[in-house]
Amino acid sequence: MTVRVQADSFDPGAELAGFASGRTDVGAHVSFTGIVRDDSGQLQHMEIEHYPGMTEKAIAGIVAEAVSRWDLRASLVIHRYGRLAPGEPIMMVATAAPHRTDAFAAAEFLMDYLKSRAPFWKREVTADRAEWVAARDEDEDALGRW
Amino acid sequence: MIDVLYFAWVRERIGLPKERVETQAATVADLVEELKAREARYAAAFADVSALRVALDQELSDFGASLSGVREVAFFPPMTGG
Repeated sequence: MTVRVQADSFDPGAELAGFASGRTDVGAHVSFTGIVRDDSGQLQHMEIEHYPGMTEKAIAGIVAEAVSRWDLRASLVIHRYGRLAPGEPIMMVATAAPHRTDAFAAAEFLMDYLKSRAPFWKREVTADRAEWVAARDEDEDALGRW
Repeated sequence: MIDVLYFAWVRERIGLPKERVETQAATVADLVEELKAREARYAAAFADVSALRVALDQELSDFGASLSGVREVAFFPPMTGG
């Protein structure tokens, strides 16, 4: 179970290629990569602030909960902070399990909890302003299904 | 003494990321009232606590929680990770 919180960018393909490599007890890998999206065509960059110390603890707690619920053999969580350009990866989750249902469910669970229970805050910066991204009710509601 | 941390727009409104606070507040809500009474920038940041979250010693908590034994309190808006 690997967790990395980092400023540097990463290559999702290379991460996935190395993920759970050599294991013969898993039949399914699921991965998700979040990308900096520019809806308005005006985004210069995104800034992500986090709470060093709590961030790592919160993610470890979320991963431990996933491990207790599903038959996971490996997981990877990478989440960036700092300044990110449009099109760059923000974060990535990968899960490995004997069966796909566990791998899919655990990946969705990790994503839902990372969105609203890991202490990150996004700010979108355009030429003339910088705005904190508001949390969405749907993201909070998504936790109810688990 | 308690370390009080602020993140995102709470940090911007108050104008600093962290401070040491001398307080006898029994609960988070009591601490918020003490801070609001200090200056307008605190009153502005804490005007609507339903828009805020609080962590005690790096664990999510709530405004009714006791501060007994707590070393670090953090205030921030709802998280927007992922």
